[in-house]
Amino acid sequence: MSAAALTVDGVWKYYGDFPALRNISFQVGEGECLALLGRNGAGKTTLLRILAGLSRPAKGRILISGADARAPETRRKIGVLGHGIAVYEELSAFENLHLFANLYGIRDPARAAMEWLERTGLERVRDGLVREFSRGMRQRLAVARAFIHNPALLLLDEPFTALDDRAIAVLQGLLRSARAEGRTIVMSTHQLREALELATRCVLINRGKVGYDGERTPEMLEDPSWLYRNYGEG
Amino acid sequence: MGLFLRQTLTIAAKDLRSEIRTKEALNASVSFSIVILLLFSFAFEPSSEQTHEIAGGLLWIVFAFAGALILNRSFARELVNDCLDALVSSPTPGPALFTGKAIANLVLLLIVELISFPVFGIFYNVRWLSQFPLLFVVMFLGTWGIVVIGTMFSAMTVNLRLRELMLPVLVYPMMIPLLMGAIQCTTALLNGQGLGGEAAPWLRLLIGFDLIFSILAVALSDTVLVG
Repeated sequence: MSAAALTVDGVWKYYGDFPALRNISFQVGEGECLALLGRNGAGKTTLLRILAGLSRPAKGRILISGADARAPETRRKIGVLGHGIAVYEELSAFENLHLFANLYGIRDPARAAMEWLERTGLERVRDGLVREFSRGMRQRLAVARAFIHNPALLLLDEPFTALDDRAIAVLQGLLRSARAEGRTIVMSTHQLREALELATRCVLINRGKVGYDGERTPEMLEDPSWLYRNYGEG
Repeated sequence: MGLFLRQTLTIAAKDLRSEIRTKEALNASVSFSIVILLLFSFAFEPSSEQTHEIAGGLLWIVFAFAGALILNRSFARELVNDCLDALVSSPTPGPALFTGKAIANLVLLLIVELISFPVFGIFYNVRWLSQFPLLFVVMFLGTWGIVVIGTMFSAMTVNLRLRELMLPVLVYPMMIPLLMGAIQCTTALLNGQGLGGEAAPWLRLLIGFDLIFSILAVALSDTVLVG
């Protein structure tokens, strides 16, 4: 494995008395694409929220390129695309991207915002308010927001869920480019075939515990449910 | 420091732009202030000494309640589309996020207060223009105190189902020393006295309160924002 872009070391998380994550440990090398798999309620979103610095683990630690996940310098390297689109309804597409470019300390935020509006096909509606956008346009804007600072580590929670065809094409293109540029991707998903085609490694989580951690094998591509049959619970 | 300031001002500008476009909190807050001032004006004789005695108290109670309407929206507007997650996962430090929101809330509440003052002057026959520079100093200090505590508790209560109720319940008891200071200073000014003499200790209380709670809020902001 190449140098660790992400280290998850003995992470526990409780909701009340219930352990949502139990001693999760794995590493992701630079340039790898990890598919984070598991049934509903397995703990994928909880883990991704901890990786994104949105939640603290009860025990254990997260290191991103060897540094603490909550340090501002570390967060500059992370791009997060979660369940919500995380863009403001009452701002325009340009204002949304300009806002996040400023927060990430990008030198020329206006130029970065325009570049990503063009890459996601939204340049013609740059001044339109998001509340007037169609669902697909909002999703493409969310993708632009997550990628605008060229993150070295992408954390994607169910990225293809509820996307329209055009947004899926935009995202797939960006993910292929990201892989070619050596960026690290961690992606949780239920869409096994799409995830396994892109992934170099898989981690399967069963009820908060790691059930499988290893390379993506040819068997998985031939039969996407192979992993669940051999390593899943129930 | 440059990036911190840029992030702070970006958050403040975003909140102000959003509020100016929707006017959700501002309209409610201004209407509330004017209605309360109008209703109380029926209860007191405008020319009486009693009106001057209670003027400071009446004004600051109106400002505190109107402030709750603005403060409730401060973090609640981040819940739509999970925008708070994008802010917290960005490299914006908690203190920059908190300070940006506090600045936006300060501007909005000062707007409400500046609209309320002329209405108050007319309904209660109180001359306040000659004292305006000193009144503005007291308004600024009192409003900053309300905003600092309110913004912090707005972040803490944002995920509660009854946050509109919980915010005032939690915030008002903590504001009592601040409101006492602001009321005493405002009453002294409206009665033609300066901020020296009897009002001086209350002014020092206002400044001390603002300093202590500003430091506390900034120091605790990261803890509050990341669950």
